[in-house]
Amino acid sequence: SSSSSLETKLNEPIEKILIANRGEIACRIMKTSKRLGIQTVAVYSDADKDSLHVKSADEAVRIGPPPARLSYLNASHIIQAAHRTGAQAVHPGYGFLSESAEFAQLCEAEGLIFIGPPASAISKMGDKSASKRIMGAAGVPLVPGYHGDEQDIDFMKLEADKIGYPILIKPTHGGGGKGMRIVQSPDEFVESFLGAQREAAASFGVKTILLEKYITQPRHIEVQIFGDKHGNVLHLYERDCSVQRRHQKIIEEAPAPNVKAEFRSHLGEAAVSAAKAVSYHNAGTVEFIVDTISGQFYFMEMNTRLQVEHPVTEMIVGQDLVEWQIRVANGEPLPLSQAQVPLKGHAFEARIYAENVPKGFLPAAGVLRHYDPVTVSSTVRVETGVEQGDTVSMHYDPMIAKLVVWGENRDAALVKMKDCLSKFRVAGLPTNINFLQRLASHWAFQKGQVETHFIEHFKADLLNDPSDTTMTTEAYAAGLHALALVGACICEKEQVASIESLHGNNNLNSIWYAKPPFRVHHLAKRTMEFQWDNEHDSVSSNILRLDITYQPDRSYLVQTGEGNSPGMIIRVFHFADHKFRVEADGLSTDVSLAVYSKESTKHFHIWNGTHHHHFWQKKGLELSTDDASQHKPNLETTSHPRGTVVAPMAGLVVKILVKDGVKVAEGQPVLVLEAMKMEHIVKAPSTGYVNGLQVTSGQQVFDNSVLFSIKDE
Amino acid sequence: KWRNPISSIASTPLQRRNFCLGVLPDTLDRNSDAFVRNSENMEQLMSQLQSHIYKVLGGGGAEALRRNKTRNKLLPRERIDRVVDPGSSFLELSQLAGHELYEESLPSGGIITGIGPVHGRLCMFVANDPTVKGGTYYPITVKKHLRAQEIADQCNLPCIYLVDSGGANLPRQADVFPDRDNFGRIFYNQAQMSAKGIPQIALVMGSCTAGGAYIPAMADESVIVKGNGTIFLAGPPLVKAATGEEVTAEDLGGASMHCKISGVSDHFAEDELHGLAIGRNIVRNLYMAGNQGILRESPNALPDYMDPLYDMNELRSIAPTDQKQPVDIRAVIARIVDGSEFDEFKKLYGTTLVTGFARIFGRPVGIVGNNGILFTESALKGAHFIQLCAQRNIPLIFLQNITGFMVGSRSEASGIAKAGAKMVMAVSCAKVPKVTVIVGGSFGAGNYGMCGRAYSPNFLFIWPNSRISVMGGAQAAGVLAQIERSNKKKLGVEWNKEDEETFKSKVVEAYEREASSYYSTARLWDDGIIDPADTRKVLGLSLSASMKPVAEETKFGVNEMQELKSMLAPKRLCDGRDTWEWKWGKSKVFSVKSMYIVLMGGQGGHHPHLHPFPYKVVWKANVPLNVRFKLFKRGIIDNPTCVLCNATAENCLSSLCLLP
Repeated sequence: SSSSSLETKLNEPIEKILIANRGEIACRIMKTSKRLGIQTVAVYSDADKDSLHVKSADEAVRIGPPPARLSYLNASHIIQAAHRTGAQAVHPGYGFLSESAEFAQLCEAEGLIFIGPPASAISKMGDKSASKRIMGAAGVPLVPGYHGDEQDIDFMKLEADKIGYPILIKPTHGGGGKGMRIVQSPDEFVESFLGAQREAAASFGVKTILLEKYITQPRHIEVQIFGDKHGNVLHLYERDCSVQRRHQKIIEEAPAPNVKAEFRSHLGEAAVSAAKAVSYHNAGTVEFIVDTISGQFYFMEMNTRLQVEHPVTEMIVGQDLVEWQIRVANGEPLPLSQAQVPLKGHAFEARIYAENVPKGFLPAAGVLRHYDPVTVSSTVRVETGVEQGDTVSMHYDPMIAKLVVWGENRDAALVKMKDCLSKFRVAGLPTNINFLQRLASHWAFQKGQVETHFIEHFKADLLNDPSDTTMTTEAYAAGLHALALVGACICEKEQVASIESLHGNNNLNSIWYAKPPFRVHHLAKRTMEFQWDNEHDSVSSNILRLDITYQPDRSYLVQTGEGNSPGMIIRVFHFADHKFRVEADGLSTDVSLAVYSKESTKHFHIWNGTHHHHFWQKKGLELSTDDASQHKPNLETTSHPRGTVVAPMAGLVVKILVKDGVKVAEGQPVLVLEAMKMEHIVKAPSTGYVNGLQVTSGQQVFDNSVLFSIKDE
Repeated sequence: KWRNPISSIASTPLQRRNFCLGVLPDTLDRNSDAFVRNSENMEQLMSQLQSHIYKVLGGGGAEALRRNKTRNKLLPRERIDRVVDPGSSFLELSQLAGHELYEESLPSGGIITGIGPVHGRLCMFVANDPTVKGGTYYPITVKKHLRAQEIADQCNLPCIYLVDSGGANLPRQADVFPDRDNFGRIFYNQAQMSAKGIPQIALVMGSCTAGGAYIPAMADESVIVKGNGTIFLAGPPLVKAATGEEVTAEDLGGASMHCKISGVSDHFAEDELHGLAIGRNIVRNLYMAGNQGILRESPNALPDYMDPLYDMNELRSIAPTDQKQPVDIRAVIARIVDGSEFDEFKKLYGTTLVTGFARIFGRPVGIVGNNGILFTESALKGAHFIQLCAQRNIPLIFLQNITGFMVGSRSEASGIAKAGAKMVMAVSCAKVPKVTVIVGGSFGAGNYGMCGRAYSPNFLFIWPNSRISVMGGAQAAGVLAQIERSNKKKLGVEWNKEDEETFKSKVVEAYEREASSYYSTARLWDDGIIDPADTRKVLGLSLSASMKPVAEETKFGVNEMQELKSMLAPKRLCDGRDTWEWKWGKSKVFSVKSMYIVLMGGQGGHHPHLHPFPYKVVWKANVPLNVRFKLFKRGIIDNPTCVLCNATAENCLSSLCLLP
């Protein structure tokens, strides 16, 4: 009877989906679900209880503490959440449990529709060696290599010699570049092999290794495929994801640039046969490596899920892939035939990460103090799971948003992407936006000369060498200009804030905050000091000084530096919140200014044109905690000889910490007194030897009585 | 075309007719020779003023500024700029104090004073300038310090002392130390104000030696800056001389010592900026700010106000550079008040004094301005108007351009002395904020009647073209020459024409010099020379600073009261009703009609002659000796309602007692 009830369930269309994921993808799935009238259930860890995906869902269920292992990877909690809320289907998103065959199976066993491929396909494609064997059998081209079970190191070395160096050593399980090694010559083989094994064992629990020919100038091109439960499989063209750092994609595009139609259809056909070989349905991606020198393509792996970069495909084919996923899960046939799939224009996706680009793209965490993404339109999408004030936590992927743009052709799309990147404003944590801008503006990228070593190859152009402290005069001037704008905008904004902060309804006294501020027979002036946080000068501690003079016509004369520069007249119009328009030297531009405080520092981010600068100010001073540095007891004023320590109050000696005659350092605790129910530690006033320490624990001492003295050696 | 008179009346709302009543017309003839010449003269005066100001803003000179900077110290104006709210105005007072007063120059008298808001609360700043003679107190420095305290006391402004001074200027100790209004008075004032709940805050940015040590010590709260700030009764040199003890300034009276051991100072600042920030914080924490002293407003003020219709910069051309040249004071008023709207009071009576109501930055004011010599009528009108404003708690603005009261037998016979006295009495006793601006001449008793320095206006400013003296130079020379001649005659000496002219010209020259606005401002006879074009702003800021949270009751002196009693005498009208006549001394009788006052009989009847002014004074005849006046507001149709309780005349409960 249970199987029959399962069947009736399958025939009914899905009305409520639980999304077993977080962040932008959860929000993305909810968007489509909402459009289709399907209710959504979010799951969340404690770290995400206030996040956007929780707020966006109709219902939300807590599934555990922050670590993913205990929450988003906790299959049983997720299943429980689905039952509790009455969800019929589970969408796994990407990452987490999306490629877990066990989870897919568990869902089916629990009577829940898993919106994704069949468990069997997941497990076949999950094992890289096995998948390659199946692909080989299906006639999909493979990179020359060894994918056998025999893992003896000497045997493997012989296989490597057969394939030819350079060689890639890779664990059969896992991904994300973990455990991967490139071996340039035979003598490096053993060490790399053992290292890869160790890492694989630690990360994935399986230490099987495969060998592959290492392609020196590869491109990473993948094909979006889609299958339904009726045996139909089609492809939705390819995406180029070559531009990577730390083996992770940052800019993807569709279709792949500089690719002939013939190559495209070969690639598509190969991808479809790959999917068919494992009886695939729902969304999947077949990744190929393209040797740019030979023009050959080889099967790499298949991702049995919806990919992060799926929007670029959506943009060029004009379809909603999440909708397709749901309809396929409902048992519907694919809405289009291969011939009906359109290909229109070009799309880019830039992944905006919280990361520290100069420090080797290290992931960053922190609070999004300012988050002002570009305005979306039919050709500009921003896929995000965060809002201003949210925390990018270290528990999960530090991606902030995906910026997706579409244009009639590659050039048009690229122009749009550059514009959008310059208007994508994030502050509070380091991001890769500036880097993405430089990448998008690079001549080789503009020509579409992409390959997986692109960033490595053009490192000098893309990254500023932090050891190079000489800043170009141009960059310095741009920084000073931005700083001048910051100063003028602050003046404009603060005056408004001052008036608004007036208590009650006494706006009459706003005359004290008139523009410009009144001075008798002279102009009001203001001085501000800033420090510049820039990539050119990592140790920048130079204080930049701004002298601002309020002009009678309400503009500002801003002079930078001590040298009394001629200065610049800046006129500011404050629109709202952080939006300004400034006019300087006849040039009028939109400016965005984000101001926030973090600890004892006040940060200022300014975006003007394509520039983004970050300045900061120390707010107040940290008072020296060591009071002794400010004042030492005036020894001359006491009647005791130098170095004598007296009881600061009457009290009970509760503890003696140092024996008489022992050498102590300045500030070292010597004994503990108790008075008025409070403990007071008596410290050595200087470095030397404790002398004459006669009091004992439990003894009562009087105010100002001699406790001990410190003798120099 | 024939128009229906009824419909045309109906289309003109009654209120509309009142609305534009008081807008002053533009009467300025910009093409006249006088205007052009005056503008040119004024331009010269302004550039001269700017050059004086430029020097003063430079403090004690380049070398002193450099030395100040090496000590990580800001200049006093920079310090103030960091304490007042960002982007807010600062009303600096008496910038040119000490101008050519001593042989050595003493820019701004060595001390910067003024008013600015801190966390929305207006504060009086008193900042020593260490670049000027080490911030030591010259007699004028003391005077300027005391004047700032006087204003703070009068206006209830917390005081922030930015102390950086070597104390009294020793060579001039005799003029600085012992007298009532000398150095000691500073601390007396601090104590008095503190007792009244006016916060006293000292920020010790530099040395505070000897008497100066009492400034932070007497303050409610004080801050001292590490390294630069020192407080001691005697500095290291004097200590050595007195006791032989050798001690560094920091150990003797530095920040650590005073914050940790002596407790003289309350807050320890790492550096100047930190100290100034603490100063701001102290003001923020004055929680009594909730009750008083916060920028506050009278309920009668309009937050939406218009600028004057006419260019304020034209005041520079209107300001008379030649005292003989008459100026229509309304041209000045039109460039000061909101929307150039001025509702004149008694426009047709005593026309040499212009009185009326207006608003400045939305705040109602009564304006008293000279439009020629003061006659008996003008003085009476002035006294009347000032009393009116005092009754209603409306601040008064005096625009002085006065050569004096009219002299001569006719004038004396009209009782001008008494009329002048009444005006002086009214000015002296009116307990409303008063601000005086000398826009031209300020001579003789005119200075008194028009709220000169001696009458403690909250603020008194002066235009650069102005002249102040007891009388004109030529007149004085004439008087003195007559006396001299008669003296010589007694001695039998003949005085030839030439010698007399020399004598006269010397007098004229001295008067010329001493009447100058610089001479006045250097000696603190005023609170500063202002640019005529800034007058509106300065008035707005000073009025805002002068507002009291609670209106003070005005009581007039004996002179006035006796007068009032004698003026009231019962008289039976021919129809048998009781009414009253107002007598003016023995000579003149004002009828009920001419006083524009409606006296109500016991039965509540009223006089047909209604005063155009929207208030009327009503007196109930059935309480003859304990005379009580009631103020009623006139409705559109004559249905007066009480300004205090809003009730009609019959039901009114409140009374304003004019007699004790």
